Amino acid sequence: MLPSCVRSMCKKSPKKILGLMGRQGSIVAQKGSTVAQAQFETQPFKLHKLTEAPATQVTLTRDEALEMYTQMHTIRRMETAAANLYKEKNIRGFCHLYSGQEAVAVGFKHALRPQDSVITAYRAHGWTYVMGVKPLGVMAELTGRQTGCARGKGGSMHMYADNFYGGNGIVGAQVPLGVGIAFAAKYKNTDGVCVTLYGDGAANQGQVFESYNIAKLWNLPCIFVCENNGYGMGTSTVRSSASTKYYTRGDYVPGIWVDGMDVLAVREAAKFAIKHCATGQGPIVMEAQTYRYSGHSMSDPGTSYRTREEVQEVRQTRDPIASLKEKIISSNLVTAEEIKKVDAQIKTDIDTATEQAKKDKEIGLDELSADITANHLGSDIRGVSIFAPLKHKRIGPAINLK
Amino acid sequence: MVLNKIVKLGGEVLQSAVPLKNKSQRCASHFVYSPDSNSTIKGDRTKMNMFQAINNALDTALKTDPKAIIFGEDVGFGGVFRCTLDLQKKYGKQRVFNTPLCEQGIAGFGIGAAVAGSTAIAEIQFADYIFPAFDQLVNEAAKYRYRSGNLFDCGKLTVRSPCGAVGHGALYHSQSPEAYFAHTPGLKVVVPRGPIKAKGLLLSCIRDPDPCLIFEPKVLYRMAVEEVPTDDYQLPIGKADILINGSDLTMIGWGTQVHVLKEVADLLKEKHSISAEVIDLVSILPWDVDTVCKSASKTGRVLVAHEAPLTSGFGAEIAATIQENCFLKLSAPVVRVTGPDTPFPHVFEPFYLPTKWRCLDEALKLIDY
Ligand SMILES: Cc1ncc(C[n+]2csc(CCOP(=O)(O)OP(=O)(O)O)c2C)c(N)n1
Ligand SMILES: [Mg+2]
Repeated sequence: MLPSCVRSMCKKSPKKILGLMGRQGSIVAQKGSTVAQAQFETQPFKLHKLTEAPATQVTLTRDEALEMYTQMHTIRRMETAAANLYKEKNIRGFCHLYSGQEAVAVGFKHALRPQDSVITAYRAHGWTYVMGVKPLGVMAELTGRQTGCARGKGGSMHMYADNFYGGNGIVGAQVPLGVGIAFAAKYKNTDGVCVTLYGDGAANQGQVFESYNIAKLWNLPCIFVCENNGYGMGTSTVRSSASTKYYTRGDYVPGIWVDGMDVLAVREAAKFAIKHCATGQGPIVMEAQTYRYSGHSMSDPGTSYRTREEVQEVRQTRDPIASLKEKIISSNLVTAEEIKKVDAQIKTDIDTATEQAKKDKEIGLDELSADITANHLGSDIRGVSIFAPLKHKRIGPAINLK
Repeated sequence: MVLNKIVKLGGEVLQSAVPLKNKSQRCASHFVYSPDSNSTIKGDRTKMNMFQAINNALDTALKTDPKAIIFGEDVGFGGVFRCTLDLQKKYGKQRVFNTPLCEQGIAGFGIGAAVAGSTAIAEIQFADYIFPAFDQLVNEAAKYRYRSGNLFDCGKLTVRSPCGAVGHGALYHSQSPEAYFAHTPGLKVVVPRGPIKAKGLLLSCIRDPDPCLIFEPKVLYRMAVEEVPTDDYQLPIGKADILINGSDLTMIGWGTQVHVLKEVADLLKEKHSISAEVIDLVSILPWDVDTVCKSASKTGRVLVAHEAPLTSGFGAEIAATIQENCFLKLSAPVVRVTGPDTPFPHVFEPFYLPTKWRCLDEALKLIDY
């Protein structure tokens, strides 16, 4: 149970509390005009079939603060650049932006251990970046260049990295895969967990429920994370889901709700969930309540099923980056000047990556027929134009077979 | 002759055949759409693009059949391609409604509603997303009548789904899955080539006593514009259309590919004095064996083109049937010009598609065989 003082605190506007806590935060060491660490209070978590909750009082070091801010801001910039690339027709395929949801990926990243894995849907740019791909690897994948993390063969929806299984275009399809990845971790005794992400819309696919059952039945280290951004394309949660308490929808699987706009809360919830899985307690469902600023994809202006005011309000009152920035500056973890510098550096980095992503070469036509199977039996690929008959080719090596 | 030149130039021609200024950018379309000129349906006409014609057909269905309902992801707002625009406003949320995101559920729900008497019209947002519903359609919808000894059927089910290439759809917004369903006795599968066909075929599907799938080439939704009859009309399922009469070879396609083939026929005529017959198959299951075999017997040379991959594409069925029925009339083996046996690619769409240049080249080889 939460101490009642915490609960009553959280009824106040979170901003106020956080500023306050920041200033009161225990100062461990001075570093110029900044402190080495500070404490913050998060909103309480909601629990389903759990008796213990993560701590709502969290400690953040100066280094962590800078890293979190840098990562979140990089994602935001990357997405803005992606939107422009799309409008300039430099991006084929579909393009789904992560702006507004940065705290979920970044918060999780700060809890993940090297042995943990992640799988998500098509809103994958931010996750790809936090899982280790440089902005160029993301941007060039968007533009379909060979410097892209999937050599330009995947595009926006299909990005991959070590321990990051993508990048999936079919809504809900990644969820059972995540359970399989969790099984492999358990079987191989890696102590790893699999963070399996899906949206509020995807939460209604039948395979999600099949996955909960398998994961619980076999006690697998799977963290099901529903990134609830309020909408599945044009359909709001109340119109798509009989229960919008996504953290309870695993029924017999314990669940936890977290404010997905607060990177610190996400980190704590993630640590808690990882511990839950890694100590053999089986799967857990997490709902991270967040918001998507852009339309569903680039062809959706994102205003026909919600008001501009709604989007504006979230931007002004719940923006995950602005609120982190405010917290870390007001608690003297970092200075406003440092933030400015970081911002400038990110701008340069993303501008450079964007230019590069427009200029880099595409893979050769021979790769149209590469990596269809591991072992192609036969010579040419059937049906390829007589202008350029193509043989099957392997590019590899695959990360997962290392 | 041109053929040799094309083959010699190889890749170069292919490059120049790609209709792009900058090939690494998104491309618009690989063909020129040509409207139907000789549609004989009587009555008033209005200019409509294909999504408007489909909207008009759905409106007609709702108006004429109080049991008709429309459902699918976001159809309440008009759907991602605007086909159901304003229908909810006009007919209410009881009849036109959004479903959650669950294709298997949508198909199964539709089957249930249809078997109990509703005229169920489902939209699967993209044909690429029909696979989660594959089991329901193949195992439940297709076999309901048969397995119940005709005590029950879900003939009142129609599933609409946008298919095919759009220029930049990449792996999961471009596929053409008609052949998977053609392998399923009990279903009907049609593909319209433009607004007039779309309206008439959709109304036929809705009123047909068997479960029907209609795959709508999404690239045509806005691009294809025709003078569409405003009255209620139906066009036959199972009947191919001969769009251009010819004597030297037969070219068969459906959906978007029909327009590619019409361009090829023009090129053959103008540049090579070759007379090509162009057939729109219209209906994949059942398909019009008579019209196709008559034409094949007349010309002795047949080219089939489709966007889906070669192996087990529907062209395979057509080729096999032609050789079986017209063996002695053929002057050359039936040729297929299709997507290759690769997934639909992200950056290589212009090279993947059976463009007019690839079709032209194969047609010339067919003549020279
Ligand atoms: C099986 C399937 N059906 C439909 C789609 C089209 N589609 C793509 S994303 C989406 C909405 C998903 O919403 P949600 O799960 O909430 O994720 P979000 O986009 O909000 O991140 C839909 C309907 C798809 N990609 N796959
Ligand atoms: Mg959502």
